[in-house]
Amino acid sequence: MLNRTAENVARATPEPLARKVRGISDKGLAWLFISPTILLLLAINIFPLFWAIYLSFTNYRANRPNEVVKNLGFANYQRILGDQDIWIAMQTTAHFVFWTILLQTLIGFTLAWLIDRKFRGHAFWTTLILVPMMLSPAVVGNFWRFLYEPQIGLFSYVISFVSGIPPTSIQMLSNVSLAPWSIIIVDTWMWTPYVMLICLAGLRSIPEYIYEAAEVDRASNWRQFWSITLPMALPFIMLAVLFRGIENFKMFDMVNLLTGGGPGSTTEVASITLKRQAFESWRTGYSSAFAIILFVAVFGLANIYVKALNKVKQR
Amino acid sequence: MSLTTAHSVVAPSANSKRIAGAIIIAYALISIVPLLWIFATSFKTPPDSIAYPPKIVFQPSIEGYCNLFTTRTRQTPEYINSLGPATGFCDETVRKRNMVIAGPSNFLPRFLNSLIIAFGSTFCAVFLGTLSAYGFSRFKVPLADDLLFFILSTRFMPPIAVAIPIYLMYRELGLSDTALGMILLYTAVNVSLAVWLLKGFIDEIPREYEEAAMIDGYTRLQAFWRTVLPQATTGIAATAIFCLIFAWNEYAFAALLTSGTAQTAPPFIPTIIGEGGQDWPAVAAGTTIFLVPILVFTILLRKQLLRGITFGAVRK
Repeated sequence: MLNRTAENVARATPEPLARKVRGISDKGLAWLFISPTILLLLAINIFPLFWAIYLSFTNYRANRPNEVVKNLGFANYQRILGDQDIWIAMQTTAHFVFWTILLQTLIGFTLAWLIDRKFRGHAFWTTLILVPMMLSPAVVGNFWRFLYEPQIGLFSYVISFVSGIPPTSIQMLSNVSLAPWSIIIVDTWMWTPYVMLICLAGLRSIPEYIYEAAEVDRASNWRQFWSITLPMALPFIMLAVLFRGIENFKMFDMVNLLTGGGPGSTTEVASITLKRQAFESWRTGYSSAFAIILFVAVFGLANIYVKALNKVKQR
Repeated sequence: MSLTTAHSVVAPSANSKRIAGAIIIAYALISIVPLLWIFATSFKTPPDSIAYPPKIVFQPSIEGYCNLFTTRTRQTPEYINSLGPATGFCDETVRKRNMVIAGPSNFLPRFLNSLIIAFGSTFCAVFLGTLSAYGFSRFKVPLADDLLFFILSTRFMPPIAVAIPIYLMYRELGLSDTALGMILLYTAVNVSLAVWLLKGFIDEIPREYEEAAMIDGYTRLQAFWRTVLPQATTGIAATAIFCLIFAWNEYAFAALLTSGTAQTAPPFIPTIIGEGGQDWPAVAAGTTIFLVPILVFTILLRKQLLRGITFGAVRK
């Protein structure tokens, strides 16, 4: 009799409620766990983003908060796409991104390929090589200014010692043609280890039996490298390239401290232009429009990046 | 492993290993020179630091550290002679340059700001990240992939572009130049990394543990607390260190959104100037103090590094 009542009660109780008796339902818990993160990102990332979109259609200036805000429609966007300085900044950014990625990939992959020989003590030396990428680009970039000083700087001294050029004429930061290379050198020094580490993971993911089979087929080392090593490590190399591409596309801190965009605007990458427009000229509306354009570009890259991530993950 | 490689036809020869080792060691030594130079410069006197040719051998001095922590004013020798005997090494060094210590510099408060903001934001990011990662790992969340992409994509926004509306928003809310504002901002940036990394770590913990615990009468929440969290400690610690390093190193937001009371060390260190330009030994001293924690963390993290820099995609 008693049993039957209990059964009836159990049957009559709706499913979610029954679970609630033992705590919160799984679905509720999932949302309870996830929503704080989403809310924080909405407040700190998405809300400001929409604000920036609104501002990009106006002539608002942050240093004149009381002035009447006029709606300009797409005028800001039109002006940006026709602005010579913006295109020069984009070219400077492209030059910076292209050379840093090329150098970092070549050097990084070579280093990884050498480390993969697993010579004695390779773990220690690998860790040592990794140190620069963990440091603050701003603080280290600032110190590179000292290394680049003509004459007294270590970098200029070593270069003049090796090449015989008088040390006073090596003006890495103030020479128009050398300044773009000064930021490429520091970025390559900092981030080659990053590419190396990912390439190393790629090389280690190649199973040894493939090489054994190639050896049985008498494939030359050269052939093995081009037909096995490179293609199989390629998804990892792509991952590193994409990530460095995104990071360097929005590069700010190291360049800002090293050259500040100078001399003139020879090293003025997109983020530096954006900072000058937004926080020095206070053209908030105009710079918001530029920021939105950069957003869209990075978002597109990020989309590709996540797809690449998932591809690597499946291996 | 050792058995197969010992006889393997594909193992690199002893010679190629030796050459590879030599090149790697050479690269490592060259790439570490700038860091050694920072360290060396922090123990030079200002004249030694700008000597030509650059001095590799020098008389070490802690003048750089003295200058880092103090502000000084120039005085006449008569005035300096009229003072009592110098108290401590710094006082003595400074007086030799015809100066007296005027007071403490801003370095210590800026360094403390860095500590407070880095630890505060790391705690918040890891707390939120652990919860979300567990949610994404164990439950069927509608649109999970889209939400995860959304979370990650926030990390890719150019900081200056984010800073424009944040600057205005913080001005309205009174969060400009406050530690709270910076903690919120860094938490938002770091939480994406935390979710992605921790999801990878939690995915690796077998569900059977929780299921067993729940059969024993634990609720889902208790099972999470008693079985998942203890198993995820390594992952949580590694994630925390990655968040800490990001917040510690961050410059763009700090430079644009803080100027005084909440300024962190990265925007402060480049502003250290002496008489007639940058005081390089003091800058080097500040840089050294600033970098040492990161060096320690890098060594602690070396096994998890790959995972951290690829948002958990590559696990090795």
